[in-house]
Amino acid sequence: MIEVRNIKKRFGTQEILMGISTQFQKGKCNLIIGSSGAGKTVFLKCLVGLFNPEDGDILYDNRPIGSMGVKEKKKLRNEMGMLFQGNALFDSLTVEQNVRFPLDMFSEMSMEEKTERVNFCLSRVNLENANDKYPGEISGGMMKRVGIARAIVMNPKYLFCDEPNSGLDPKTALVIDELIKEITIEYNITTVINTHDMNSVMGIGDKVTFLHQGYKHWEGSKEQVMEESENKELYEFIFASDFLKKLREAALQNK
Amino acid sequence: MGFLHDIGKYILMISSMFTRPENLSMYAKETMRQVYQIGIGSVLIIAIVSTFVGAVTAVQFSYQLLDIGLIPMWWMGIIVRDSLILEMAPTICALLLAGKVGSNIASELGSMRVTEQIDALEIMGVNTTAYLIGPKIMGGLIIVPFLIVMAVALGIIGGGVAGVLGDFFSIADYIRGLQDGHEAFYIVIMLIKCYVFAFIITSIACYQGFYVKGGALEIGNASTRAVVNSSIVIIIANFLIAFLLL
Repeated sequence: MIEVRNIKKRFGTQEILMGISTQFQKGKCNLIIGSSGAGKTVFLKCLVGLFNPEDGDILYDNRPIGSMGVKEKKKLRNEMGMLFQGNALFDSLTVEQNVRFPLDMFSEMSMEEKTERVNFCLSRVNLENANDKYPGEISGGMMKRVGIARAIVMNPKYLFCDEPNSGLDPKTALVIDELIKEITIEYNITTVINTHDMNSVMGIGDKVTFLHQGYKHWEGSKEQVMEESENKELYEFIFASDFLKKLREAALQNK
Repeated sequence: MGFLHDIGKYILMISSMFTRPENLSMYAKETMRQVYQIGIGSVLIIAIVSTFVGAVTAVQFSYQLLDIGLIPMWWMGIIVRDSLILEMAPTICALLLAGKVGSNIASELGSMRVTEQIDALEIMGVNTTAYLIGPKIMGGLIIVPFLIVMAVALGIIGGGVAGVLGDFFSIADYIRGLQDGHEAFYIVIMLIKCYVFAFIITSIACYQGFYVKGGALEIGNASTRAVVNSSIVIIIANFLIAFLLL
């Protein structure tokens, strides 16, 4: 479980996060949503330790990151996996080398064990026979799969995904969502996903946190999102299109 | 203020490299990759340029000294040898490498920053300055002296060939000059320059690339800044070394 306590972050005089507190549960897909500029990416980067918040703390299974030493932080980072919006695969390495990289750097495994683990992770994300290809030679969906395989290769306790569906067609986006959901349940990972995609919210949002202008504006489950109408900002964000508004009305009528 | 800020950030970057490597063999492998990339990738251009620098040194000095007529032509061997060792080979090669290797390093690191590859390494728990910058500086320190020694040798050969072809001196005169009055201390100065220039080229390029913010345009700007800044620092360092040691 990840517990966030009143974190604040500013760049210069501009305040980006203004005291956000929340909890992300183990074995669940925790979604962070919000319009552009709401502070989602900064929030995620504070969670993974790329940015240091000015105030507040983040507890990873009751271990506060703020009071950790360098060694403890390194150990914690070995427990994290992250899928980046642009995949962040190493261009000069093949698919297999990309996935193997964390093992090469941190594990004591033999080459055979590493290869076995890499092949297992690649088959887990349904990506076989692409080991020797370079990132530039594979499709966007395949790159996401490689990113997921690399993120899970060290058996992480915490998985972070920044816009996992960006740049993907709707069908591939659904497949990636399902894959993240399956992996989260299978390995009992605390997964935090930053997204704009309403399909993801409705599909895998065990817990949804809505950020607005640097504040946590709303929190609930995907079922509660559908019923929510009093929170104007959330309503306008989720049901921005007529299609979604009609869908919501139809769903509520059927209920 | 901006200049002081850059100096401070540069020193912090360099000092943050000195930590225990996560996996020594990965660092060694990366260092050898950099040695190959910097060294093998620059051999041809260094070879061509240094040969012609030696040739033009021999021809121009011979032409001017012939006019004066007071200096025996076998001195050309000494002049070409010493000017290549002390000045031409280290400085010209360093400026060439600042253009070729410096821009390459800055754009590589800049692209990695922009495409979040550096963030990915940090989240894995890798010390990014140590892993990305350390091997580049170490690779430069290993291979640049070899390139410059090669440049001296080829420059001397180029000078001899050009002088003989232009009928300025005989090959026997040239060899006599090369063998005469050799100062071992000049080699020491050349090697000091090699190491100082290698450090300047790689570390300034790493600094410019590592802290890129923005997109493709900023990568280009960082690459240009890497070449311009390291060229200026090389020229200043060259003067200081000559001033202090000669």
